[in-house]
Amino acid sequence: MRGILSWGTYLPYRRLDRSTIAAVAGTGGGKGTRTAASYDEDATTMGVEAARVALRSAPEVEPGAVWFATVSPPYLDKTNATAIHAALRLPRTAPAYDAVGAVHSALGALRAGVDGAAPALVVASDLRGGLPGGPDEAAGGDGAAALVVGGDDDGPVLAELVAWSSTTEEFVDRWRTPGDSRSKLWEERFGENHYSGLGIEAWEDALKQAGVVADQVDHLVVAGTHERAVNAVAKKTGVAADRVGDTLASTVGNTGAAHPALLLASTLEKAGPNQLVALIALADGADVLLFRTTDAIASHRTTRTVADQIAAGGPIAYGKYLAWRGVLPVEPPRRPEPGRPSSSAAARATDWKYAFVGSEAGDGTVHLPPAPLDTDTRPMADAAGSIVTYTVDRLAYSPSPPIVFAVVDFDGGGRLPIELTDTDPDEVTIGARVEMTFRRLYTADGIHNYFWKARLVRAGGAGAEAPTTDK
Amino acid sequence: MGSHGIKDRVAIVGMGCTRFGEHWDKGADELMIDATDEAFKSAGVTKDDVDAYWLGTAMSGNSGMTLAMPLGLEGKPVTRVENFCATGSEAIRGAAYAVASGAYDMAMAVGVEKVKDTGLQGLSGAGHAPTDGTKRTLTAAAMYSMVAPAYSKKYGVPQDELKKVLARIASKNHHNGSLNPRAQFRREMSVEQLCAMPRVAGDLSVFDCAGVADGSAAAIVVRAEDAHRYTDNPLYIKALSFIAGNGAGSTDPSYDYTTFPEIVDCAQDAYAQAGVTDPRKQLAMAEVHDCFTPTELVLMEDLGFCERGTAWKEELDGAFDLDGDLPVNPDGGLKSFGHPVGASGVRMMFEAWLQLRGEAPEERRISTYGSRNLALTHNLGGYPGEMVSFIAIVGNEQG
Repeated sequence: MRGILSWGTYLPYRRLDRSTIAAVAGTGGGKGTRTAASYDEDATTMGVEAARVALRSAPEVEPGAVWFATVSPPYLDKTNATAIHAALRLPRTAPAYDAVGAVHSALGALRAGVDGAAPALVVASDLRGGLPGGPDEAAGGDGAAALVVGGDDDGPVLAELVAWSSTTEEFVDRWRTPGDSRSKLWEERFGENHYSGLGIEAWEDALKQAGVVADQVDHLVVAGTHERAVNAVAKKTGVAADRVGDTLASTVGNTGAAHPALLLASTLEKAGPNQLVALIALADGADVLLFRTTDAIASHRTTRTVADQIAAGGPIAYGKYLAWRGVLPVEPPRRPEPGRPSSSAAARATDWKYAFVGSEAGDGTVHLPPAPLDTDTRPMADAAGSIVTYTVDRLAYSPSPPIVFAVVDFDGGGRLPIELTDTDPDEVTIGARVEMTFRRLYTADGIHNYFWKARLVRAGGAGAEAPTTDK
Repeated sequence: MGSHGIKDRVAIVGMGCTRFGEHWDKGADELMIDATDEAFKSAGVTKDDVDAYWLGTAMSGNSGMTLAMPLGLEGKPVTRVENFCATGSEAIRGAAYAVASGAYDMAMAVGVEKVKDTGLQGLSGAGHAPTDGTKRTLTAAAMYSMVAPAYSKKYGVPQDELKKVLARIASKNHHNGSLNPRAQFRREMSVEQLCAMPRVAGDLSVFDCAGVADGSAAAIVVRAEDAHRYTDNPLYIKALSFIAGNGAGSTDPSYDYTTFPEIVDCAQDAYAQAGVTDPRKQLAMAEVHDCFTPTELVLMEDLGFCERGTAWKEELDGAFDLDGDLPVNPDGGLKSFGHPVGASGVRMMFEAWLQLRGEAPEERRISTYGSRNLALTHNLGGYPGEMVSFIAIVGNEQG
């Protein structure tokens, strides 16, 4: 039996209210909100955050491979999945592969993981947008989802894969040439028509493979690049409307490559044991996945659910969103911009820089960064801490001033003066609780400088669960 | 083993100091020439009489040639030193120890910084070694601003009250600077004006920060027994203490951001070298490193000028005013002078030189003049929890 051993999702903290778009862009917008990645987030950092949750929920599983799918890769030519591999401290022998370029790559990555012999970590992450006022900007969302897949030798299977059908066809409905900042769309009815045919064909084949009928499906979610086609296919499956899951369009938006796994995870968070869960993904063809949940899902706990994260967002002004997306360049502080990080220095400090691993002296003193004379390592990424003192720096260079900064003492030992993120200046107080998050500090000479920041523990945050108390 | 100091073995016999400010028409070369010329004249010597030179600069040049070339020195040893913002003091320390060792009869310490050529606001620092990209990029102002909330919480001083204290410190130093023709800023600033300034880093406004200025200062040192050949009123070096912190405060949860442990250790060493037991009563004045107003606040306690948790009250009461119990930064401090990194430590010594010798003008004369004869200069570099500290004590009498 192979299937899903664990899952994790990540939704960025900021929410763009779509009704604020038209006042600036003159057009577009709509109802509800979409998630917006912070200026210090990209597909890789969000992927790391989702994967951390997935692995935390299945500590006994050691992935033998990493697959990373995105339409918005921080790097080309260089693999992005290796940074995720480093952040999670996966075994050196576990390969890390990107599946980059199209939303459909996410299904390919998942298939490769499911078909492999070893347990695999499959991460899909995306930032979606378009030109100001356009439909993709409003309908898109940012986020990531990670699935740990494998067999029951690797750990308890929570949802067994019972069928997977695909249909493939070449047609140009949505496209983007490399280097272009947005995708273009053919008129809607053409895509709706094609996707309906592809989706239902795969759907019927999957039901046949599994030997079930539509009425037996307990949960259905449909993800796709074409909103009308998604709704049309959901209706045509014959699954009762009250069993069709929310597409998260009004709260999160369409997270592209991340969306199939995000919707699946959000469904598994609601599913009980021995239920039939269906995922239909419409992207340059159709994939239909049927899972049957196991008894193990009843006792499975995830530290940060999709629902928690949807409830925990904070607002972002449209102007700042545009600045973060690079659409509206704003005046930087008149301070020197940081130089590119040294690749060789970074390679000597991979555990510190990517995985936030400090060191421990013989007397138990924790050093952040690791001290050269210490012999023991001390992983700190999952440690929560408290603010000792803090400041707001309106002078220093930052891709998005001001810098909110604090001295953090970690539960169980260790101190680090470090930048806060997803935090408004007036939210900081002495004693406030913080958790660590993997971020991109800045980019110089095309090198993304990845490291960790602290952020306030909020309801739904990964550090909201009981912190270690051995202080 | 032990730190013994060189009390009364070396004397300063000549000094010079440029006006500090935006010298758009001068580079580091011209500033060094101006400061050293004044120092040579003050001691009645020429550049050839000086046997060895120490040059302190953090970012205006590398190697001793930075000084040898503009001065046209012939076959002289010039040592370029750098120790963060205590760079100027490091030059004095090197020159004094060289003379004390007997290696040279006469040495000169020169501090210089040409800061205003970067085209950027504030100090932008020297070239940094390549890193893994994980080091913070905060400004010094923001780092020191973190002292304020920590101090406020520890001693129960409400943040708005503490803001007034910080403004009072800035106002005092602006007042002193307004009386000093060498200062960059010569305008009085009231507490009310200062409190109304927009915040740029934590609770600090631009006026809680040292200015950004170019400048240079120089000192000539000889063996104490030779001092009267050059001046009737030399300053004898009583103590030179220097400590480089190990950065423990940034990693050690027991550090609380209301004190600078390196300064406490450095002061203890300096007072022991000089035989000072009650600095508040024995010192005639102190020039301290008021890079930011919270720095001066904490220094008053770390240097033993007052009890822990009382500096805020003492500053409000005027204890460290020009006419107070122990005048602090009578020349206007970094607040009024700006902070040309390599020059500041030597500039502090220049004020001790003027005040102890009675050369400070009447309106800027310290209240203790004539009754006490020891001055302290304190120069630090780095940040709360991770700094270097320098303290000198000088006096115009031996013993």
